Amino acid sequence: MRAGPKRGESPNEPMAAPAGVPALQMQEVRKIYGSGENAVAALDGVDLTLGSDEILALVGPSGSGKTTLCSIAGGLLTPSSGTVIVGGSDISRYSSKQLTEFRRSAVGFVFQTVNLVSFLTARENLLVVDELGPRTGRRARERADQLLDELGLAKRADNLPAELSGGERQRVAIGRALMNEPDLVLFDEPTSALDTHLGDQVVALIRQEMKSRGTAAIIVTHDQRITHYADRVATIVDGRVTDSSA
Amino acid sequence: MRLALRELHRRPSRFVVATAILALISLLLIVLGGLMDGLTASSTDALRSQRGELIVYSFDAESSLVRSRITPEVRGEVERVAGARSVAGLGSVQLGARVPGRGPRQLVPVVLFGYQLAPRQLPDVVPVRDEVFADSSLESQGVRKGMTIALGPARSPVRIIGFLDGSRYSGQGTLWGSLDTWRAVIGANRPSERAGVGVQQALVVQTNGRSPSAVAAAIDRATGAATKTLTIDRAIHAVPGISAQQTTFNQIIGVTVAIGVLVVALFFALITVERVGLYGVLKAIGASSRTLFIGVMLQALVVALIASAIGVAAGVALDLAIPSGGSIPYSASAGRLITSTVYLAIAALIGCGFSLRRVLRVDPASAIGASDV
Repeated sequence: MRAGPKRGESPNEPMAAPAGVPALQMQEVRKIYGSGENAVAALDGVDLTLGSDEILALVGPSGSGKTTLCSIAGGLLTPSSGTVIVGGSDISRYSSKQLTEFRRSAVGFVFQTVNLVSFLTARENLLVVDELGPRTGRRARERADQLLDELGLAKRADNLPAELSGGERQRVAIGRALMNEPDLVLFDEPTSALDTHLGDQVVALIRQEMKSRGTAAIIVTHDQRITHYADRVATIVDGRVTDSSA
Repeated sequence: MRLALRELHRRPSRFVVATAILALISLLLIVLGGLMDGLTASSTDALRSQRGELIVYSFDAESSLVRSRITPEVRGEVERVAGARSVAGLGSVQLGARVPGRGPRQLVPVVLFGYQLAPRQLPDVVPVRDEVFADSSLESQGVRKGMTIALGPARSPVRIIGFLDGSRYSGQGTLWGSLDTWRAVIGANRPSERAGVGVQQALVVQTNGRSPSAVAAAIDRATGAATKTLTIDRAIHAVPGISAQQTTFNQIIGVTVAIGVLVVALFFALITVERVGLYGVLKAIGASSRTLFIGVMLQALVVALIASAIGVAAGVALDLAIPSGGSIPYSASAGRLITSTVYLAIAALIGCGFSLRRVLRVDPASAIGASDV
């Protein structure tokens, strides 16, 4: 069941990824900030492929390019050069409008600071995704309730974020990221605001949700302890993916 | 859009200050407009209550009833104009009235009109000599039906046979009688302004369906430019002081609307700054700038409409509290209330427009800590 309209129905929407097609392919991707003598390469010729249900842990020191890589993969930034293919669609040359549509329908984000809408309940935070696009009404409500149930939040659906614990808020954010049935979910430091035990639980939940749906994910993290939940670990230093190991 | 409405519903305290200020601005708009309408009405309602479409003054009268004189010859020329269906005489004189029950020096200022074509609300048959209808605002001065009041220094007696609403002139209550009554009263009290037999101050003309402006031009041509013929609306604006009064009030209303724009602009600029983080996240998950800005506009519009509703309620309450025909010429008409609401709504939409650039500049990458610089 899909909460939003089926992808590929609109000329702006990417086609749904056929089975076996990599969730993400980055080829010779460069991202340069500034120009001339002030030019800084945040990404410097990155090649990265992510299987359709693969979970990649992206580790590296601060300023190494993790966030830039994630942003380009999620259509938040455009690369200076190179090719980015998500779910079979080349988004490298998408316009701003096409990228907005792409983010709404093909990727999910879980941000470091959770960033739920404070005046919306847990259920409404999930339904925001539906309200931003062509609305599907009852189907979206059913999907939101199903996700909340799977995330163990069925009884907290009508609570505001301020009434939820840190772990519950993170789970709502995961639910929001899954509402549009994305090809790829990007997690930005998902455990940075949680204690070790809770962080472990959340990452275990992420793995369980991704695997049960066959959805690919990139988890950006500083925390080496959670990398064992990933299928593969990639290390990025100075804008180059220097190591990619299973 | 639902997101914007939910925020209004769930976080009303956030919008209280802006709503309160805009409600005061709305009330100010209504009061200013109501005073302008009331002042204009109290100075010109006698003209507006006429059943004709045109008023004919003598050319040198500068559109003033007091200075205007229409001779029988000129009236004959007007009556022969093809577009004039009926032509009726009109005369006026301003006097002090002695009302029984009031002190001998407590004169009530009135304007006595002599007419041939009955104004709205009055029967077609013109009262007999020395009998008049009175504007209902004079009731607050002690004038009653059946009472005889004395006009001017000559104390010309006229008997009140009924009342009509909304016919004030020059800020005074009016009396409506025959041209004979007017001629007798003006002759006794203002000998220098005495009008000869068949002479009137002005003519009220009903047209036969042709464009009033075209008939007005035809009348002035037919009289060899001895007349100046105006539509009722133009005659109202030509009353000395009315245009200046309306221009002044409209300028104050314009400044008030500009303040409304400023209030909304500042308020929503602040709110937008507070929301930059939220907008970044919403853009990251697929919200367009257009969707977010429509939400801002919707909130500004709802806040303005709620403020207007409060302003309208206060304006109507003020109208009920102020006695009709009293010293404060305030009138809260439906048209004025609607106009003030529309002004405030437009001010709100223009004001929140200043937030557009900021909404457009929110970078979705900021949600994840990256930014396309």
